[in-house]
Amino acid sequence: MIRVETITKAFGNSTVLQDISVEFEKGKTNLIIGRSGSGKTVLMKCIVGLHEVDSGAIYFNDRNFVTMNFRERQELRREMGMLFQGSALFDSLSVEENVMFPLNMFTQMTLAEKRERTNFCLNRVSLDNVNRLYPGELSGGMKKRVAIARAIVQNPKYLFCDEPNSGLDPKTALVIDDLISEITHEFNITTVINTHDMNSVMEIGEKVVFIHEGLKGWEGTREEILDTNDENLNDFVFASNFAKKIKALTSEGK
Amino acid sequence: MKFFSTFGKYIILLYRVFSKPEKTKIYLKQIVREIESLGLNSIGIVIIISIFIGAVITLQTRYNLESSWIPLYLIGLTARDTILLEFSSTMVGLILAGKVGSNIASEIGHMRITEQIDALEMMGINSASYLIFPKIIAAMLFNPFLTLISMGVGIFGGWLAAIFTGALSSADYIYGIQYLFVPFYITYALVKTVVYAFIITSVSAFYGYYVQGGALEVGRSSTRGVVYSSILILLADLILTQLMLA
Repeated sequence: MIRVETITKAFGNSTVLQDISVEFEKGKTNLIIGRSGSGKTVLMKCIVGLHEVDSGAIYFNDRNFVTMNFRERQELRREMGMLFQGSALFDSLSVEENVMFPLNMFTQMTLAEKRERTNFCLNRVSLDNVNRLYPGELSGGMKKRVAIARAIVQNPKYLFCDEPNSGLDPKTALVIDDLISEITHEFNITTVINTHDMNSVMEIGEKVVFIHEGLKGWEGTREEILDTNDENLNDFVFASNFAKKIKALTSEGK
Repeated sequence: MKFFSTFGKYIILLYRVFSKPEKTKIYLKQIVREIESLGLNSIGIVIIISIFIGAVITLQTRYNLESSWIPLYLIGLTARDTILLEFSSTMVGLILAGKVGSNIASEIGHMRITEQIDALEMMGINSASYLIFPKIIAAMLFNPFLTLISMGVGIFGGWLAAIFTGALSSADYIYGIQYLFVPFYITYALVKTVVYAFIITSVSAFYGYYVQGGALEVGRSSTRGVVYSSILILLADLILTQLMLA
């Protein structure tokens, strides 16, 4: 479980996050949603320490990340996996080397053991026979899968995904969503996903937090989203005509 | 004020770079890889530049010493001392600042804007140390060899120019390069090379590591890395010359 307590973050005179408090539950896919520029990426980067918060606390199972020193943070980060928006695979390494990288750095496993674990993770994300390819030779969806394989190779307790569907077609996006959801339940991980893709929200959002202009606007489940009266959330969720029609049909009981 | 802030960031980065590595074996492999990337791949350009500059120094000295009162072997001596004292260390250092420095700044800058550095941090790896430490050590270990190669090739280039243009005889040139030889000049040049290697790698890496934005900023940071490395090399040259030769 991750508990965020009244965190505030400003860049210069511009306050991006204001008194955000939220809990992300273990074994669930927790979604942070909001418009572009609402502060959701900053919130995720604050949680993992890529940005420093100005005030507040972030607890990973009662360990306050904010007060930890550099070495303690490094230790805790070994329990985390992260899927970046652009996948962030290392260009100079092959797929196998990318996935094996954390094992090389932090384990005493033999090469055979590392290969076995790497192949297991690549199989888990449905990638076969790509071990020798380089990131430049992969499609966007394949890159995301490799990044997921790399994120889970060390059995993380926490998985963070920043816009996992960006740049993907709707069908591939669904595959990635399902994969993240399956992995979350299979390995009982606390997963936090940052997205503005409503398909993802309705597919896998077990807990949803809506960030609006740096404040927590709403919190609930995907089912509750359809019935909410929160004006800002409705504006965001039903922004497209297609979504508005769906809502109209739903409310008419069709 | 900005100078102190930048200098402070540079010192903090160096502190992170020289903190204890996660796994020494991996870092040693990286050092070997960087020796190939930064050192071995620079041998070609060092040889080409040294041979031509050695030749030009010899010819220019010859054409500026027309007096019959001055013995011709002094041309060899002048070429040797110019190459040993300044060219092979400082001029090659400036050339490497351009080649290696821009390479380092753009490589690390690209990793920053594509979130690869964040990915390293998220794995619990000290990204500054993992990316920069092997480059600094590789350059400090290998650049002295580049300087020695440059010295040898530069003097050889001078000899080629002397005999092919008939500017002076081979015997005069060889006598000149042996005349009043001070071995300490080589030590002086190698010490400067090690200092320059540190400046080139650490300053360029600093500008790459803290780049923000996109491809344009990576290009700018690369230019900044080269410019500030070059200025610091000239400053270090002045200080080391005063300390070691005065």
